[in-house]
Amino acid sequence: MEKIAGQTIVDSLTSQFESFEKSLNGQGKSAVHAIRKSAFETLSNHGFPGPKSEAYKFTNFTKAIEKNLDLDSSSPTFGLDAQLISASEIAGLNAHKIVFLNGIYSEEHSDEVEVQGIKVTSLAKALKADSKSLEGIFNTQANFEKDAFVAMNTAFAQHGVVIEVEANAVIEKPVVLYFIGDCTKSQLTYNIRNLVVAGKFSQFTVIEKFDTIGEHASLTNAVNEFSVAENAHVQYYKIENDSGKAYHISNTHASQAANSNFTANTYALNGAMVRNNLNIKLESEGCEAYMNGLYLLDGKTHVDNHTIVDHMKPNCYSNELYKGIMDGSSKGVFNGKIFVRQDAQQTNAFQSNKNILLSDKATVNTKPQLEIWADDVKCSHGCTTGQLDQEALFYLQSRGIQKDKARAILLTAFASDLLENVSNEAIKIYLGEIIAQRLEK
Amino acid sequence: MLSIKNLQARIEEKEILRGIDLEVKPGEVHAIMGPNGSGKSTLASVLAGREDYEVTGGEVAFQGNDLLEMDADVRAREGVFLAFQYPVEIPGVSTTNFMKTALNQIREHQGEKALDAVSFLKRMKEKMKLVEIDQSLLSRSLNEGFSGGEKKRNEIFQMAMLEPKLAILDETDSGLDIDALRIVANGVNTLKSADNATILVTHYQRLLEYIVPDFVHVLYNGKIVKSGTKELALELEEKGYDWIKEEADATA
Ligand SMILES: Nc1ncnc2c1ncn2[C@@H]1O[C@H](COP(=O)(O)OP(=O)(O)O)[C@@H](O)[C@H]1O
Ligand SMILES: [Mg+2]
Repeated sequence: MEKIAGQTIVDSLTSQFESFEKSLNGQGKSAVHAIRKSAFETLSNHGFPGPKSEAYKFTNFTKAIEKNLDLDSSSPTFGLDAQLISASEIAGLNAHKIVFLNGIYSEEHSDEVEVQGIKVTSLAKALKADSKSLEGIFNTQANFEKDAFVAMNTAFAQHGVVIEVEANAVIEKPVVLYFIGDCTKSQLTYNIRNLVVAGKFSQFTVIEKFDTIGEHASLTNAVNEFSVAENAHVQYYKIENDSGKAYHISNTHASQAANSNFTANTYALNGAMVRNNLNIKLESEGCEAYMNGLYLLDGKTHVDNHTIVDHMKPNCYSNELYKGIMDGSSKGVFNGKIFVRQDAQQTNAFQSNKNILLSDKATVNTKPQLEIWADDVKCSHGCTTGQLDQEALFYLQSRGIQKDKARAILLTAFASDLLENVSNEAIKIYLGEIIAQRLEK
Repeated sequence: MLSIKNLQARIEEKEILRGIDLEVKPGEVHAIMGPNGSGKSTLASVLAGREDYEVTGGEVAFQGNDLLEMDADVRAREGVFLAFQYPVEIPGVSTTNFMKTALNQIREHQGEKALDAVSFLKRMKEKMKLVEIDQSLLSRSLNEGFSGGEKKRNEIFQMAMLEPKLAILDETDSGLDIDALRIVANGVNTLKSADNATILVTHYQRLLEYIVPDFVHVLYNGKIVKSGTKELALELEEKGYDWIKEEADATA
């Protein structure tokens, strides 16, 4: 057998997968389980991304897991009190709330969503009830052969949500998913799988927020599959302001049908190592996709945003703006790929990545990748990395503003366009406060 | 108010100020003239506290305190104001929103209460009228896409808001048409009092028709080589700088 990277991870997952299969009883023969099996097989044959992996070149997640996590530990019990749970919530956010404790759906803390036009089901429940209902939803966007973490998630994930929005339904209140981990006593590893199906002409917002509390390390492996039908409008927010011991990897896949509109807003504010893969497929004409990201890093935090937008058909528009502020010995990575297929004439695709480094030890690797096969397209990309503008700093100081305050004003201004395009007021205020606090230190 | 003694400064090993002496008393207007590259902006920047310049000798007292010891923001809070020759553009920061922070930091430093929103707005309106500047300009990103005249008026607007004790205007008149020049001059004249002082750095005599200086100094090669009254400005306008250069080079 060829040598694979992450063998120790695969080994410990193998015994876990065996006991998982034993626990399944009736579900063992389902179509979903067949997929799990083949995902696990792929994982054990190919392993995890090694040091030579192009996609994980600047982010050796495999090594980070091997070094910092002991995957054998069985899922610890959640011992945090209700106060800590509600402290993780976004103040003033009027939303349907779904809570996961240590990666497990909590009926007690979650709202029952009883609104016309939207069905929110716990994935665990859906799997138990009738895993057939997941056919055509589960494992349709994400491809476990392309990413080992998707394979791991596909093999193991039992928790998450299934959100189905009916055609023409306009859902006023967003659905917010709070993932709260208790690492006060031991390590924690969990997989989350969310499946989101937006019907034709539907409109809604989903928010994910990750918080881990405690001294011990955690690993979150999340996969989201969005299917956005014709003329649907979907907004997706992801907020990571996690503990400095949190390892987080996510794969978000969205496919868009004609004239649909999808926005992904990703905020990475803290963690040990974060890797976000965002893949959007524009499968029909007239689609609009927006990818916005802000990473505000300090200490040793390492954040890697990898995005791909695939223009498959003509007349689509994509716009990407990622900005980073890096302090301490933090590390930022941005890799944005725009893929324009031969068929995708009249594509408009824009990408921008801007970074400010506040310390000598902070670094950033940024790489735009344009692969354009059509000839009638408008594509632009640009990336900048620099220090804080010293002239501007002196100008504000010369007006009597203290240096740290002047610095905060400039950094807030730098990040401001990523807050301005947040349409949810409570989220805007929440993020604005965190950013102000962090920058005014 | 301001007492400069034998001030010397350099940037990147290059001597620019080579021993400046200047006394400014409350209520006075001093004009500093001189050919391009003589060190006028350097002097203004050193007084305002720009860190790029290294002071290699001399001393500066401002209201009896050592100005050179203070950081740029402390100087401003003590009452020094610099109107920039080339005001910087700051995307995402509007004049209105940073003026409030600036004004309140200055007030706090001087032992005054922060202005409430209503008083702040009132003061804004009053000063906007003085320099004939529009609210919409002040709500935009600072200096981004402003015309030359708009930038300069914005500098005087900020000066009016902050009411400094010592205002240093670095070529605020350059590039202004006659209307804008009148507006700027009117702003400066209105703010003038027996307690504050102004240093006008200028190239042309033109501004001095509107703001009458008590003293005119000629800076050449990093030194004040001639001082006089407003008649000196007229003489310079008529004869140019060559005779000054010759005189200075002959004694050097
Ligand atoms: N940042 C700088 N780096 C190098 N030389 C400078 C810098 N700033 C000014 N100088 C030089 O210092 C001299 C004086 O410049 P300045 O003070 O701007 O003159 P003025 O305002 O009288 O035209 C000039 O020779 C100029 O080239
Ligand atoms: Mg100058």
